[in-house]
Amino acid sequence: MLESIFREIILEHYRKPRNKNPLENPTVTVSMRNPMCGDEIDLMLVIEDEQIRAIGFTGQGCSISQASVSMMTQGVSGRSVDEALDLEKRFVALMRDEEGASEDRKLGDLRALQGVAKLPVRIKCALLGWNALDEAIKAHRKSPTGAMGEKLEFEDLTELPAGFDPTTHREDLP
Amino acid sequence: MRSGWLFRPPTRSIYHPNSVNPSETASRTHQPALAGQPESPLNMAVVRAEFPILDQQVHGHRLVYLDSAASSQRPAVVIRTIAEYYAKDHANVHRGAYELSVRATRRYEAARGKVARFLGAGRADEVVFTRSTTESINLVSMAWGRANLGPGDVVVVSEMEHHSNLVPWQMVCEMTGAEIKAIGVTDDQCLDLDHFDALLSEGNVRLVATGHVSNAVGTIHPVEEIARRAHGVGALYLIDGAQSAPQLPIDVRAIGGDVDTFSGHKACGPTGIGALWARRDLLESMPPYQGGGEMIEEVRIERSTYAPVPHKFEAGTPNIAGAIGLGAAVDFLQSFGLETIHAHEKRIARLVLERLADEFKAITLYGPAPEVARGGVVAFTLADIHPHDLATILDHEGVAIRAGHHCCQPLMRRLGVAATARASFYLYNAEDDLEALVGGLHRAQELFGI
Repeated sequence: MLESIFREIILEHYRKPRNKNPLENPTVTVSMRNPMCGDEIDLMLVIEDEQIRAIGFTGQGCSISQASVSMMTQGVSGRSVDEALDLEKRFVALMRDEEGASEDRKLGDLRALQGVAKLPVRIKCALLGWNALDEAIKAHRKSPTGAMGEKLEFEDLTELPAGFDPTTHREDLP
Repeated sequence: MRSGWLFRPPTRSIYHPNSVNPSETASRTHQPALAGQPESPLNMAVVRAEFPILDQQVHGHRLVYLDSAASSQRPAVVIRTIAEYYAKDHANVHRGAYELSVRATRRYEAARGKVARFLGAGRADEVVFTRSTTESINLVSMAWGRANLGPGDVVVVSEMEHHSNLVPWQMVCEMTGAEIKAIGVTDDQCLDLDHFDALLSEGNVRLVATGHVSNAVGTIHPVEEIARRAHGVGALYLIDGAQSAPQLPIDVRAIGGDVDTFSGHKACGPTGIGALWARRDLLESMPPYQGGGEMIEEVRIERSTYAPVPHKFEAGTPNIAGAIGLGAAVDFLQSFGLETIHAHEKRIARLVLERLADEFKAITLYGPAPEVARGGVVAFTLADIHPHDLATILDHEGVAIRAGHHCCQPLMRRLGVAATARASFYLYNAEDDLEALVGGLHRAQELFGI
């Protein structure tokens, strides 16, 4: 069980996160904190012509949140905004343990995080960076020319995905 | 789970709850010492048999509960006392003209007396039942603070306070224009008393509020000395006893503070009940905190007069069962003796600190050395493994610890860490729990390739 969570590739991203550096001229910056556990990231993007031209982050947190945001930046860098949102949808499906999600090849390395779906209290960790991405894209759509330099701050108070409350995990239902 | 424990005959009559069978006390605390091996003064088999929740498996392992600083577990006698109260004696308290209400009132007020004795208070009417330590501190900050603080006044807290002994003071300072200052922390996580003196000498200090034992790193603060120095400048001293009442003998009169408070659920009692002790003259001088039934004397449309203390501070129907359960909890702790529990805590904390330091090269231990006064809390980080990952891994080995900022963000900033792992040992924890913790930490190192 634990081996399926703390896999080599996750620890590798935790110890050597990709794109963990601030961007100089982001078009949008989102700060996302999990007030319950203190994990926090600042996610910076340069979005031009609906393309994610550059992405970087700073912050700190557990292996799951750091590996997830690191892999996320790899997955969406250079992609269109719509492709990024599509990847987010696929990743959320993986965390919800939805049918077929663990075989979704489009997720690439992110599939290594599938074990987290079995640990309801840690799903929030894996979603922290994705929630930041989601807010960043929302902000971009509101102001497509970019809110240069303005940092948007959020506390990640997202509820666990429906049905993934520890007391109603699918495996426990009759 | 053992079955039938809830219906076992009580070890002492609920109607004469102070009668503790002396031979029973002896058998609970006596344990013959082995040659050359200092033993716990508590008989672990006897203690653990009192806690039904400990008798279970988690993820296929024996439950090892090391999070009592967040909330302790309850002995069967507390659970049974609450069940029996509801089954036999419940009615609303005070002014009821019938038998059940008389019984409920008697038991509720008897619990107040037990808590008063537990704290070393001179009188039962100096004890107010609250929801928790947090509510007690809010009561004082709002009732006393709003009436007594103003621009230019200073409230002194410390950098290692639990948020519940910090945020209420920030709120009242914002309302009244008073200023908040914090005693610094030394490198070995004790309060910097020289800095405290400096803050006092800056003047206008009206109240000092500190914890007695740090929930985050286990330091036991010199509360008698803090009380003396606070009184030296005419300031009141409030002690957050949430971590001390469960594990130290408390004598509020000997300590010399003005307010002390603790929560039931950290001291083997129910959740949702706490106690506030304050000197009677201070309680009498404070305006009420909340208005409602139970706290009044005479009510007219325009104004009311208030009931005498402590009832002035207990608006609405109180947590009767919680108070009675808390009474059973303090009886339970006193049946072992708080001196004995403290000796056990000191011993186990020393064993844990020494064992972890010996066993793990990459461990960082926080808090004072074992020689320094400290309680049963051990905070640490291990290599580059994030505390939340440690907690997940240990959970899968049956070991429950806490990871995070422990509601002490200013202290975490002072320590330069975002989070620590915290194992807190209580009267039902012993060497086998330490070994389970050590085993779990080895497992974490193995998973992280260390």
